[in-house]
Order: sequence, then C-alpha cells, then structure tokens
Amino acid sequence: MPILGYIASPRSGAKKELLQELNALQYCEAFPADNVDILILVTDTPDKETEAMLQQQLKDINALESLSMTFGYNNELHEGERNDNEA
Amino acid sequence: MTMKLDRRSFIKSAAATSAIATAASLFPGISFAGWEKLEDAAGMITWHKAPCRFCGTGCGVLVGVSGERAVAVKGDPNCSVNKGLCCVKGYHSVQALYGKDRITRAKVRKNGEMVEVPITEALDLIAAKMKETISSHGKDSVAVYGSGQWTIPDGYVASKLFKGCIGTNNVEANARLCMASAVTGFMTSFGIDEPMGCYEDIEHANVFVTWGNNMAEMHPVLFSRMLAARKRNGDVEIIDFATRTTRTSQAADKSILFKPQTDLAVANAICHEIIRNNWVNRDFVNKHVSFRKGLTNIGYGVEDHFQFQDKPEGINFAEFETFLKDYTPERVEKISGVSARDIRYLASLYGDPKKKVTSFWCMGMNQHTRGTWINNLVYNIHLLVGKISTPGNSPFSLTGQPSACGTVREVGTLTHKLPHGVVMNEHDRQMAAEIWNVPVENIDPKPTYHTVEMFRALDRGDIRFIWIQVTNPMVTMPKLKRYRDGALKEDRFIVVSDVYPTPTTDVADVILPAAMWIEQEGMFGNSERRTQHFDEIVPPPGEAMSDTWQLIEVARRLGYEKQFPWSRDEYIGKIWEEYRRFHDSPKHNMAPYEVLRARPGVQWPFVNGRETRWRFNPKYDPACTSGEDFHFYGHKDNRAWIWARPYEPAAESPDQEYNFWLNTGRVVEHWHTGSMTRRVPVLHNAMPSSYVEINPDDAAELGVVNGDMVKIISRRGEVAMPASINGRGVPPRGMVFVPFFDESYLINEVTLDAFCPISKQPDYKKCAVRLEKA
Repeated sequence: MPILGYIASPRSGAKKELLQELNALQYCEAFPADNVDILILVTDTPDKETEAMLQQQLKDINALESLSMTFGYNNELHEGERNDNEA
Repeated sequence: MTMKLDRRSFIKSAAATSAIATAASLFPGISFAGWEKLEDAAGMITWHKAPCRFCGTGCGVLVGVSGERAVAVKGDPNCSVNKGLCCVKGYHSVQALYGKDRITRAKVRKNGEMVEVPITEALDLIAAKMKETISSHGKDSVAVYGSGQWTIPDGYVASKLFKGCIGTNNVEANARLCMASAVTGFMTSFGIDEPMGCYEDIEHANVFVTWGNNMAEMHPVLFSRMLAARKRNGDVEIIDFATRTTRTSQAADKSILFKPQTDLAVANAICHEIIRNNWVNRDFVNKHVSFRKGLTNIGYGVEDHFQFQDKPEGINFAEFETFLKDYTPERVEKISGVSARDIRYLASLYGDPKKKVTSFWCMGMNQHTRGTWINNLVYNIHLLVGKISTPGNSPFSLTGQPSACGTVREVGTLTHKLPHGVVMNEHDRQMAAEIWNVPVENIDPKPTYHTVEMFRALDRGDIRFIWIQVTNPMVTMPKLKRYRDGALKEDRFIVVSDVYPTPTTDVADVILPAAMWIEQEGMFGNSERRTQHFDEIVPPPGEAMSDTWQLIEVARRLGYEKQFPWSRDEYIGKIWEEYRRFHDSPKHNMAPYEVLRARPGVQWPFVNGRETRWRFNPKYDPACTSGEDFHFYGHKDNRAWIWARPYEPAAESPDQEYNFWLNTGRVVEHWHTGSMTRRVPVLHNAMPSSYVEINPDDAAELGVVNGDMVKIISRRGEVAMPASINGRGVPPRGMVFVPFFDESYLINEVTLDAFCPISKQPDYKKCAVRLEKA
C-alpha cells in the first residue's frame, strides 16, 4: 500500500492540462507551483496491482514530461517500524 | 473546525511536504498556495504562526495542527524573512517533536542509576543542591549554561535568578561558541551590538561577498534569496571567499580560496588597495569615522585563568595608511595563497562607487582566534568606502541559532552582560536592580567565567553545580575530553534540561523534561533584529515544562517568590513587558507584547509604531539625532571606528608531525549536534552519519578511497570516521573537514580550546591533525 510523493514536470505549455489529467486519476492528488512550471503529485494506492496499473496510466499521460520521486512509503516494508513520528 | 488527522493522511502530508522541500531546493523562491487551499478544504488542519525552531535566519512558518498534534509545516508567506519558503529542516521541523525517545519524565541519579521521579521531586532536589553548594562553596560555585535556543523569557529569568537574586555572574550560553566575536566586533567598531542592515539588503546589492560562510547549506533560505536576486536583477555577482570548496562556491560567480587565518591579511590588503586607488569615500570618512589601534601578540587563551584587556589608542588616517604598507597584494599573496590579482579584484568591487556591496559571514569569521579583529577588518572595508547603513550596502554578521541575538545578545546571558549594559557599569547595575526588585549590592560588578573558562572551572572544582538548558556541551566543547572528565568528577552536580537523550544528559545527575519550541509560548530574536513570538500550539508531552517555568519553580523554592510572582497562564507576557523596560530608548525599543503576538516578527528599534530597517541612517533610524547623513551613535565620539589590526597566525598550525588543518562545521540536513534533526527520518536518512572530507590527492597518497575509515589524530585525542572524497565539499590539499552533528564521531575530542582573547570565542576551524588509514 504505497504512498509516493513526486515532482511532476509538464511538457512545455501543458501545466494546466497535466494538473487536470493527474487530478482526474483515481489515487492521485496533484497541486501546482504558483511560479514555476512543476506540480507536486502524491499517490496513495491500496495494493501492488493497483500501483502497477497507476504507473502505467501515468506513463500514458501525454502532458507529462517526467516524474521525480521524492518520498516513498510502503506499509508492507515499514510494518513494525512505526514510531511516534507517524501519527 | 478541526478534525483528527489519521495516520495515512499524515503520511500523505509528509509526502507532499517532502516533494515541496525538494522543489524548494531546486527552484529558489517557489511557492505553493494551492497546497494551503487543498489542506484547508480538507478541514483537517488548523494553521498557527511561529518562527522556525532551527537556525538564526528566523523564517516564519505556519504549523499545521490536527487535534493536539503538529502534523505539517509550510513557509509563512506573510513573513518578510522567507516569504513562504523554508529549507529542508524547516519543512520537516515538526517531526522533531515526536521522536520515540523523547524525554517526558524527570530523572534523578540514585545509586549510579537514572531513575524516573515526579518532576516536583527533581525540582526540590535541584533547589536543595543549589542551597547546599552555595552554603559550602560560595555563590560563585553555582552556574547556569544556556543557549541561543533559549527563548527570550528563558534567558531573562535565568539572568534574573542568577545575577539578580543569587548574585553570581556565572551565566553563560553556547552563543559564546558561535557569535561572541560578532558582538565584540560590533562593540569595538560601533559601540553597540547587532547588524545595521537587514535581509532586504539582499534585494538591493550588486555584489555579495561570503567571508568563510557556506550559506548554501547554513542559511539556505537567505542564499535562495541571493540567487533569486541575481536571476531577477542580472547585475549581481556572488563571490565566495572561503577555505574549502562548498555548495556555495559552486553557485557563486567566483570562488576564491585562502589559507586558514589569512583572511586578516587579505582584508588589510583590500583596504591597502582601496586607499592606493583613491577609492576612499573621503567625505564619509572625514565626517563619520575615527581610527584606533589596539594591543598585538595577544595570545590564544589555551591556559587556565587567561586574562586579556585591550588598550585602544587613537591614531589618524595617515598612521592607518602606514600600518597597511605591510599588506601589499603581492606580500599577502605569499601569506594567503590568494593571488594579488584576486585581491585587487575584491578591492575593486568594494571600491566601485556604482556597486552596492553586502558582505555576509558567520562561523568562519567568528570561530577564529582573532575573531574580533576580522570582524573589525571587514567593517574597515565598508567604512573606508562608505558602503554601510544604506539599502544593499551592508556588512552583515549572520547567526546560527534561532535566538542567539534575541536571548543571548539582547537579554545579555553572558557573564559580563545585563539586559541593558554590563555588570561592570554602576548605572546598568542600578537599572537592573530596580527592574528586578533586588538590592543593587546583589549584582556583582565583576564578571566571572566565559564558557570555556566556566567548564575549566567545573573541572577544577571552582564550580560545583551547573544547570545546562537547551544545549549539548558534551558534544560541542572543544578539547572535549577535559570537560567531560570534569563534569563526571565526584562532588559535581549536573542538571540538564532537554528534549532528547544526548551525551550531555549522560553526565547528568538530574534530567528535566523540557517543552520544545511550540509546546510553550515564547519569543526568539533573529539575525536582523527581528523579535518573533509564538504561542503554545501543542501541549508538551508528559511532565515536560518550559525552561522558563523550570527556573521559576526553582527560584521560588530558593525563596524568590517576590521576584517571580507570575501565574502560569500569563507569565510570558508579564516577563516580556518587564524585560522591555530595559530597552526603553529609541536605540533599542522593543515592540509591545500585543504587537508581537499579532505579527510574524517585529524589528527593533520599534519606535512610534515603526520598525527600523537600517540603523545609523536618519532616513530609517529614529535614534539618529546629529542632523548629519549618518549618525554612528554607539561610541561617545559619534563615529564608527576603523581599527589597525594585523595578521597573526593561528594558535596551532600544521607542522611535520601534525600536517593537516582540521576544519569543522555543519551540513544542511542537520542542525548543530543533530539531537533533533537526527530523529527526523527524512533528514536522518538523507545524512545518516558524519564523515571526513579529504582532498582527492591527499586521499590517494594515504591510499584511502570513499568510505574507508580514517583516523584523525591531534595532540588532544583521536577519532576514526569514513572518508568522503569529492563529495559535497572539497578541502584543498593539507586540510580535512568534519561535520560535528554526529555524536557517534565526537570530533571535538580532537579540537583545541584556543579562543579569541577579546570575545573568548573558541576557534573550531583551525587546529593541526595527522591522518592514518584506520
């Protein structure tokens, strides 16, 4: 059940379109930078299969130039590691 | 309305925060108003203003709270310091509240073991031990050692209790280790402390010179403002003047490396060239500057009971010019390794009347056995060309802790200081006695121990009881072994107030659980004279309480109820208004409590409802009364002082046996000793352990590759740690650099406790070591 954070770069001139397409996808929340042509994307999928499917959907978005992952969390990997920094 | 945030939402918020932090490091000045709307629309989080917990920049943050838990941070767009931006530490700062080994209960050493006790029992024991120690060994056998992370009320009540009530000047703070030279630099050059400029200088300057200051890692938000100004304005140059290549060097337009300690010679050579080329602003100098020289060959303070008192002597411009004749660019090239051409280039930047120049510095100039002198010398450059106290023209000393200025410099939590003035001055003692409601005889006119000497006194047994709050000296003291062994001696009683276990709590007899940052109300004061208030936003855990309240509880147990009468629901406001009385003048007036509560920060002097951005300039500063275009009112002659200060070598330089310089410092991910940031998973994973940077040619000679263990050996001790070659920073041949954030590698076992004889600030940037492949 991964939660991943990314910086999403749109193709030239396609920031608005990319924002709409990302927010239209299930398991995705995106919001734009005000003054730079990038977006922040956070994904939250329930299982490996859904995650793989979402990855394919992301690859199919024409307005998306690149995704850079900045944060990764997976329940299965982190089980038993919970500390007080996780609410 | 506030709803409880579930664990998954918290992780998603962390994912977004992490992406924003990364974006901020890639795109200085980037903002994300949409995130705020998204979070607000979810209705899960309420936002509260505070200054950031970490460095002295004083970024305004908005802390997102769900239930009773801080869950998110974003930059405060209304705070002029950072305008919505944070650095990677700031964005993850609230996670530092929730490490799993947080100290939540008091502990007392019983039969050699630390045992949890009710906090009231611990406070009773502290008060009893203080009484007993004073009774047996005198008032100067007890001490308090705080920090630039003390809130202003913390430091104020510590000073009032120890100096005003108990009557000892055994009050010091770790800011002695980080900015005492900046204070003595200001006092000797201007007769009054703290910068004349403000961060807005960044938007006006054409040239920035960073003097031994890796701003890209130590003050990343201000560095981002510089980069943004360069991008926006075009006609902007950044010159990195340093002893090793860093991220700041990489982003600068020009990187100039100098040999350790020789910044003194280069600064004098710049002045030499300014005079030789007739770039002196004669009108400014004639009206606003006078000249002094002081003693030379002033020592290094490595012996106990070291004493030094400078003897300023007036000289004239011609004598100053004669003094500089030893500092031709060619001669200084031989001393410093900086080419005569680069020296002339630096001089031309300062000398060009069309360019506005801001000089930034921090630990490189302050942690220096001639720290006061090098501060003086950079002021000399600005004063000779009249580039000071106007937008963009600013010699600017940055600070490393959130309230080094607010608590240590303004409240005066150093042995010789009072909230206004110094203990040596009768008028200042009378003012303190009146405001504190104590007999004036209580306040001792003689300073006792500066920080290094305080820990020497603990080792010798002159001090038997010390209360350490919000700092970690068992990591940060130079020549550490002596001071740790001293703290562990029998008949020493050590109280430590902190939020996490550290090597300092390891030597404690009593540990008090402290409220951290937004778990208490308080104020910080940042590098640009800005006072920043924060509320108690979340409750402290367990029995943790603010350091201020711990001190009040003990003060009352010692019989000082009359001096500490406040109730727990209003004490911060009452303390602030009492403290403000010390600064009731146009030179230093502080904003009222209600004004501080309402704003992200207020710059002093705050006069007739207005903040002061540039001091000594009558267009901005209401304390200027001379009728001239500038008024340097700190000294009695109403002038700024240019000092003839020579180059003198470091206390210890490499030789045949110990053939490397050791330089120590910080990294962007961790804040000082790492006791908070190493408990933030993202920051810890990004920089999990310390290392020694070695020049690739030196590493090849040693037969060392990246990650190999290297033993660093000095006359004081040794430590083995992994090598970093061509990593984030690259020292020149003959130098190694070690970050000090990692308590697993105590680099201060190796360093030397030499200090500037005027400021008493130790030099963590220079000692001699040798290397061995471990």
